[in-house]
Amino acid sequence: MIPELGHFALWLAAAATLLQALAPTIGLWRHDAGLQRLAVPAAMAQGLFTSFAFGALTWAFVVSDFSVKLVAANSHSMKPDMYRFTGVWANHEGSLLLWVLVMALSGLAVAFAPARLGTRFRDRVLSIQGLVSLGFFAFLLLASNPFERLSPAPTEGQGLNPLLQDPGLAFHPPLLYAGYVGLSVAFAFAVAGMLENKVGPAWARATRPWVLGAWSLLTLGIALGSYWAYYELGWGGWWFWDPVENAALMPWLAATALLHSLTVVMKRDALRAWTLLLAVAAFSLSMMGTFIVRSGLLTSVHAFAVDPTRGLFLMVLMALYIGGALGIYALAAGRVAEGRQFHLLSRESALVANNLLISAMLGVVLLGTLYPMALEAASGTQISVGPPYFNRTTLPLLLAMAVLMGVAPFLGWKRSGTGHLATKLLPAGLAAAVFVVVAVWPFGVRGVGWLLGFGAAAWLGAASLSILLRRGVTLGIAGMALAHLGVAVSILGATASGALQREVLVALRVGDAVEIGPWRAELLDVRPVAGPNWTAIEASLEVKREGRFVAILKPQSRMFVAPPQETTESGRAGWRTGELYSVLGKPDGSGRWQVHLWVKPMVRLIWWGGLLMAFGGLLALGGKLRAYAPWKWRRQLRRPAVAA
Amino acid sequence: MNRWASRALLLLPLLLFGGLVLLMAGNLGKPTEVVIRSHMLGKPVPDFALKGAGGAEGLRSADLATGKPVLVNLFASWCLPCAVEAPQLQALADKGVVIHAIAIRDTPEKLGAFLTRHGNPFARIGNDDGGRMLIAFGASGVPETYVVDGKGIIRHQHLGEIRPEHVPVLLAELEKAK
Repeated sequence: MIPELGHFALWLAAAATLLQALAPTIGLWRHDAGLQRLAVPAAMAQGLFTSFAFGALTWAFVVSDFSVKLVAANSHSMKPDMYRFTGVWANHEGSLLLWVLVMALSGLAVAFAPARLGTRFRDRVLSIQGLVSLGFFAFLLLASNPFERLSPAPTEGQGLNPLLQDPGLAFHPPLLYAGYVGLSVAFAFAVAGMLENKVGPAWARATRPWVLGAWSLLTLGIALGSYWAYYELGWGGWWFWDPVENAALMPWLAATALLHSLTVVMKRDALRAWTLLLAVAAFSLSMMGTFIVRSGLLTSVHAFAVDPTRGLFLMVLMALYIGGALGIYALAAGRVAEGRQFHLLSRESALVANNLLISAMLGVVLLGTLYPMALEAASGTQISVGPPYFNRTTLPLLLAMAVLMGVAPFLGWKRSGTGHLATKLLPAGLAAAVFVVVAVWPFGVRGVGWLLGFGAAAWLGAASLSILLRRGVTLGIAGMALAHLGVAVSILGATASGALQREVLVALRVGDAVEIGPWRAELLDVRPVAGPNWTAIEASLEVKREGRFVAILKPQSRMFVAPPQETTESGRAGWRTGELYSVLGKPDGSGRWQVHLWVKPMVRLIWWGGLLMAFGGLLALGGKLRAYAPWKWRRQLRRPAVAA
Repeated sequence: MNRWASRALLLLPLLLFGGLVLLMAGNLGKPTEVVIRSHMLGKPVPDFALKGAGGAEGLRSADLATGKPVLVNLFASWCLPCAVEAPQLQALADKGVVIHAIAIRDTPEKLGAFLTRHGNPFARIGNDDGGRMLIAFGASGVPETYVVDGKGIIRHQHLGEIRPEHVPVLLAELEKAK
C-alpha cells in the first residue's frame, strides 16, 4: 500500500511541478498577478509530495518489502540497517528520486528565501526550476519508475553491490547531487537574469550564495569519493582520471571559475556575459556528466546499468535544457554590456587570469574525456585517454594557478600599487624556498615536477595563512583564505605522497618479514573471519619503524554472500599524516601469500585539504547568510524594494 | 569588435553544444566492443620454434604452413576455461582437424598432468614458458584459438573457451581458409 501511495505522491509532485513551471511564465507574459503568485505554493506542494514519495521508498527499503522490484533487485534482508537505508539511492531509480527530491527542496529554499531581486524575479527563477525538474520527473515516472511491483514477490532480495556497502559511499552520491542541484539554482538565476535583463552586481550577490553552497557540497562529495576509491578499490591511488571522476570534476571546475567571476560582477560590474556562460556551463556539465555516465557512452570502472532508451531520454532532456539556455544566451547576452574596464595589475585581472586557467583545465579535461568517443565515431578506432595525458596537461596549469592564488588576494580592486606587494609576499617566498631545500635534503627528492609541487604548496599555504592572520578579516575573506589553504594542503599531500612513497610487492609465509627503508613488516597470521553478510581471509601484518612498533595492518580478501562477489579490503593504519596501506592477494599454493604494501607519507592531507576547501566555502556562505539574518530582513521589509 | 562578430561569438557555445549532441546521438545505443581483436588477423605467423612438452613434438612456424588449414590453441594447465574447452577440442580432432597447441607459461610436469586428466587432442605442443607467443599471435589471454591457413596466415581468432555451439563455427572457418 505504501509504495502505491509513494507512486501517487510522485505523480502529484509532477503535477505541482508542471504548475510551477507554467503558471508563473504565463502570468508574467499575460500580466496576470494571480497566476504568477502560484509559483510559491506550487513549489511548496512539489517539496511536500516529493518528500513523501522519497519517504515511501525509504520505508520499502527499510522493512525489506521485496514485492517492490527495486528493493528486490538492490537489497537483502541480511544487509545491515544503515545500508538498507542508503540502498535507497544506491541504484538508478532511487538516485533519480533523490535528485528530484534535492531539486524540490532547493525550490522550497528559493521560495522561502527573501526575494532580494523582487518577487517577479523569484517567480521567474521558480518557473525555470520547475521546468528543469519537470523533465526529470518525466524521466522518473515514464522511464524509471522506482515503485514498480513484482508479482509474486520474491522471498529474498539480490543484495547490494558489496563495493557500495561502505560508509564513505553512503554519503558520496547525496553530496554530489546536492552540489549539482545547487548549480541548477545558479542556472535558473542565470536564465532568469537574462530573461529579466537583471544581470549586475545585485544579481551576482543573490546568485553567489547558491554557488558557494553547491561548490562546498561538490568539494565534499568529490573528496569523499576519492577517499572511498583510495581505500576500497585497493589500487593504492586516489585519483584515476576515470570518465566518471571527470564527470564530477568538470562541473566543479566550472563552479570554481563561476565563484570567482561572480565576485568580479559583484564588485566591479564587469565580465557579465562570461559569468552567465559559466553559470549555464556549470549545470550543463553536471547534466552531461550524469548523462554520459548513465547512458554507457563511455566505458568506465563505474559500471552502471546501461539502457539505451534511458540514454535517449536523458539526451533529449539535456539537448532541450542546455540548448535552450545557450539559445537564450546567444540572443540575450548581447544586451548585457561588458561593464567597466580595469587596470592590468588589479584583483580583477588576477581573477580573469584565474578564470582563464581554470577554463583551460576544464577544456583539457573535457577534451580528454570526450576525445575517445569522437575518435570512435570518426574512425572506429578505440583508444583510452589516461593519466599521462591528464597529468601532463593539468598539472602545469594547476601550478601556475597556485602561484597566482598566492598573489591575487593581496591585489586591490581596480588598480593596485606594486610597492607593498613584495613585502607582503616575502613570507610566502621564504616558505617556498625552505620547502624546496628541505625536500632536496634531507628527504632526497629529485625531479623538477615534485620540487615545484612542494614550492607551490608552501607558497600558497604561507600566503593564505598570512591573510588569515591579518586583523579585521571578515567571514568571507577567512573563508576564501581557508579554501586557498585547503588547495595548498591538498597539493602538499599529493606531492609528498607521490614523491616520498615506498612500495613493495612480495610473497610472504607466516613469520616472514619484508623491509622497505626504515620500515619492517612481518606477516603474523592469516586466518578466516566472518562478518554480517560476508566471510573473509584476514592477514595480520605487524609494522615497525626503526624497531619501534607502529601498527598492525589487517588487509582482507572478502567474499560476500549476496551477490556472491569478492572484494579486497585494504588494511590501513595512520602514521602521522601519512598512511601504511596493505592489500592481501592470492595464496601461491605453497603457503605463501601475496602482500602489497605501501608507505604513503602525508597522503591524508589530500582529503584534509578537500575538507578545508569545503569548510572555507561554507564559512563564506555563513558570512553571506548573515545578510539574510531575520533581524536584518525584517528591517529590509520595513524599507521596501531597496534591492528590487 | 564589430556587432556581427560579437553576435557570432555568443552563438558559438550553442553551435559547439549542437555538434556534441549530434556526436553523442550517433554513438548512443551502439554496443560497446569490450573484447580486443588480434591485430595479427590476415598476417603471417611470426617465425618461432618451441620445444615440445607433455610427450608431444615441439612446434615451429614452419609446421603451420603445410598447405592445409590448422587450428592453433593457446592454453595453459593453470587456466580453468582451458579445461572446460577440452571436450570440444577433442570433438574437433575426432572430425579430423589438425590442432596444434602452445602452452603458455607452464611447466612440463603440470602440463603432463593436465593432458592425462583432460585428454590430448593435439598434434604438436610448443612449450612457451615466457609467454611470448601471446604477443606473436596478438592474443589478450588464454584460452584463444586461431585458424591458420595453408600458407601460415592467421585467418580467424576465437576468444575464450570453445563451447559446443562454437564447434561448427570453427569448422566453417577452417573450410573458408582452404
